[in-house]
Amino acid sequence: MNARALPRPQIPVNSADPRHAVTLTVNGVEVSREVSPRMLLSDFIRHELGLTGTHVGCEHGVCGACTVLIDGVSARSCLTLAVQADGAELRTVEALADGDAGLSVLQQAFAESHALQCGYCTPGFLMALTEHFESGDPLDLSDEGIREMIAGNLCRCTGYANIVVAVRRAAELSGRS
Amino acid sequence: MSTRQFGSRVQRNIDPRLLRGEGAFTDDIPLPGALHAAFVRSPFARARILSIDTAAARAMPGVVAVYTCDDIGHLDQALPLLIPHPSMRDARTQRPLARDDVHYVGQAVAMVVAADRYVAEDAALAIDVDYDQLAVELDLERAVAPGAPAVHTTHPDNVAADFTQVSGDPETAMAAAQHVTRIRVQVDRSTAAPMECRTVAARFDAASGELVVWDGTQAPIGVRGGLASIFGLDEHKVRVIAPDVGGGFGQKVMFPYPDELLVPFAAIEIGRPVKYIEDRRENFIGSNQERTQIHWIELHATKNGEVLALKDEFLHDTGAFIPYGIAVAQVASTSIAGPYRIPNIEVRFRAVYTPTVPVTPYRGCGRPQSCFAIERAMDKLADELGIDRREIRRRNLIADDEFPWAREGLLFADGLRVSLDSGQYHKALDLVCDRIGWDGFAAEQAAARAEGRDLGIGLAFYVEGTGLGPYEGGHVRIHPITGKVYVNTGLTAQGQGHDTVFAQIVADQLGVPVTDVILVQGDTAAYDWGVATFASRAAVVSGNAIHKTAALVRDKTVRAAANMLEVQEADVELRDGHAWVAGTDRKVPLAAIATASNPLRYAFNEAAQAATQFAPASRHDGPALQDDQHPGLEAAAYFSPECATWAYGVHAAVIEVDRATLQVKIHRYVCVHDCGNMINPTLVEGQVMGGLAQGIGGALYERIEYDAEGNPTNANFVDFLIPYATEIPDVEIAHLETPSPLNPLGVKGVGEAGCIAVGPTIAAAVEDALRHRGGGRFDAVPITPSAILENLGTA
Repeated sequence: MNARALPRPQIPVNSADPRHAVTLTVNGVEVSREVSPRMLLSDFIRHELGLTGTHVGCEHGVCGACTVLIDGVSARSCLTLAVQADGAELRTVEALADGDAGLSVLQQAFAESHALQCGYCTPGFLMALTEHFESGDPLDLSDEGIREMIAGNLCRCTGYANIVVAVRRAAELSGRS
Repeated sequence: MSTRQFGSRVQRNIDPRLLRGEGAFTDDIPLPGALHAAFVRSPFARARILSIDTAAARAMPGVVAVYTCDDIGHLDQALPLLIPHPSMRDARTQRPLARDDVHYVGQAVAMVVAADRYVAEDAALAIDVDYDQLAVELDLERAVAPGAPAVHTTHPDNVAADFTQVSGDPETAMAAAQHVTRIRVQVDRSTAAPMECRTVAARFDAASGELVVWDGTQAPIGVRGGLASIFGLDEHKVRVIAPDVGGGFGQKVMFPYPDELLVPFAAIEIGRPVKYIEDRRENFIGSNQERTQIHWIELHATKNGEVLALKDEFLHDTGAFIPYGIAVAQVASTSIAGPYRIPNIEVRFRAVYTPTVPVTPYRGCGRPQSCFAIERAMDKLADELGIDRREIRRRNLIADDEFPWAREGLLFADGLRVSLDSGQYHKALDLVCDRIGWDGFAAEQAAARAEGRDLGIGLAFYVEGTGLGPYEGGHVRIHPITGKVYVNTGLTAQGQGHDTVFAQIVADQLGVPVTDVILVQGDTAAYDWGVATFASRAAVVSGNAIHKTAALVRDKTVRAAANMLEVQEADVELRDGHAWVAGTDRKVPLAAIATASNPLRYAFNEAAQAATQFAPASRHDGPALQDDQHPGLEAAAYFSPECATWAYGVHAAVIEVDRATLQVKIHRYVCVHDCGNMINPTLVEGQVMGGLAQGIGGALYERIEYDAEGNPTNANFVDFLIPYATEIPDVEIAHLETPSPLNPLGVKGVGEAGCIAVGPTIAAAVEDALRHRGGGRFDAVPITPSAILENLGTA
């Protein structure tokens, strides 16, 4: 049989999962969607909202690549359900820089310090560090203190040395050192 | 001229995009209407498949298709043997979906395509496979003993390849030796664990007949060849794009993985885009790994410690299949004599099938194992002869004036000869010892012991054959509208910064800002001559190809500019994106030169008007282009190395073994390395440091654990211990720059350098720390607290 003669199969649009309405603020904009109750927040951000800067590295909460800020607190979006974020204020890496071309202080410091290679884990580091930098607490900029700040994030490329340098540089750039 | 960019610490072009979350990794690329694939994978290391029942899965809402080996037509065949070699007999490669037999936990048995990944995974769970479990042998030594269960019935001894290489006359040399040191060493299995798992997405356009595949691979040109060949398509109807790729480290150079065929197959058959994004557990059980080797190495020496001959025999775990041939074992065997003269070598290996994930290169590719073998053997020889560990090395290192040092008879993994091309080995050894404080360490150690702390020091030397053939190409074009320079090469990047280092090379030739050089790589529709990114070869092979190409474009540009400015070519200078008449302020932008170099009929902007047929500047007798002339400012050139160029380095560490927890803490770590001329020292240091962190993982933490039935028991990031920032120390990196005589830029590769020598450095240091407490030798990595406990317990 000529394959081109075969009728195309019917393509289902969705699974049979029930849907729940969620409304939340994402990077300052309110969004409402109907989602499956088991949809991960990481999938929601990436595939429902098209904000693909948040990456998924392990899907079991160990690597930190998917870190976002929920109501200002860092969280693993791969261990959070989208429905749990209902009513929350969410921030992702896309919101860090002002304007279309600029870089935040942390991003600038990462670029200056060669603190990223493949860049896949980088958004998670940036979000985890943003929480530290935005808190009013003094930053412990000792080597150990900085390594503790990033101890929830895995990077397989850099060996971390330049990320430590970048954190110190960001503190300098933002007058926190 | 502008400031020279080669050798400068230039910031990376790619970073702003990645930092703003604007990277385009495979799963970031919008693919409207895409369906999602999920796999059923074998839960047994070795079993017969009795039946597969897919009825329940097919009936689930949202499921579009289910494939077993019976549903994939001509794809149901053994996958290609990528690198054939005569040492292999009837080499085994896997089928896209298992037929009759499974050979490792994780082998793909069926594929589901569904509306979303959640449903696809539900359906995969609903597929009922009935297996008859078979006996397995995981231990490498027992696997080659008579009577061991066979992974493949075709290979009852489990030996996939048996290969011996000889250099010099080892037999005569061994007879003349006064001392023999023998040692058995083992390096265990690890995995690359890139932060982005493997990915593949495909779209088939029935109207044009074009298949587009986005694949997080290191080798898109190879993937295209494989797909075109297997699907019977013209290569130009297959476009493979490696977009941003989140780390590779060798795992993504092997192809085709089953999904790399099955996803395009489903996209063609269903007529909708299909996507497969591997999850972390699948990366542990479905994507290739490396490392396990057991070496029995002998050093035959004089009483003074001069090694006359080396004999090594090793077993190499190749996993359940051997798709990449003997590359890993061959690199190990040809690197076995390290930086030492050792003129007589006999090295034999047997590659052994085990019922585990197939083995193909992971950063280091056999070098960490052979470095561990020779360096641990040198330490033992030193101990047995009562010679300092530094001194035994000094007596055997190749001297600066002895290069090139050829090891006739050995062939490297690219089939070319082994010839160490240049270096300053003695200087590197002195430098590392100076920086780590080798001479004063005994006092430091004694003082620490007096406080009840166990400090030790170790060092290890490595060499790394880099820049393997066969070739790479470069294509450079100055854009007529913007004056930006587009550069094509056949590589891909997974974080190395090619876009920046190649831009530096081009910027030096054309006098443009580094940020105005745009590298296009990883897209077969843009450029399709070349091989791939692997074996620390990008800077050497593509770098030199691009350098040659940029010089050709420079010549064309200067010639055209001289014509436009009506001066001699010798009076033209290229800088700041313009051609200048030397010593004057007369200049013309490169964009205008590029426009004028293309005889035009139609004017689309002001510069173009000057290139049209009635403009005074382009009026001449005869045709607008001479017979040998090519329009525009562009060129292509290639670089094909005569043999690998050998980088090297030496590591030293001071460590402490915690008496309570038996954990190893690294107090000081010094790495001296030499990769020839450095294009960008900051990026070189990044490569070295990243390699070091992986080396520390392999030395202290990382091991894929299997139970007796062949189930991996730590196939996740909780139990498989990749170092966090808290496990990696500050490292002092010192550079030597001995140019390679084998290429115009004088560069050597650096991608794998950092990881190679960490294992023997740490092992030597731990041994040194614990000897006074009755500790034995540390001849295996990783050195976990349990391994230390066992070592102390049996001393």
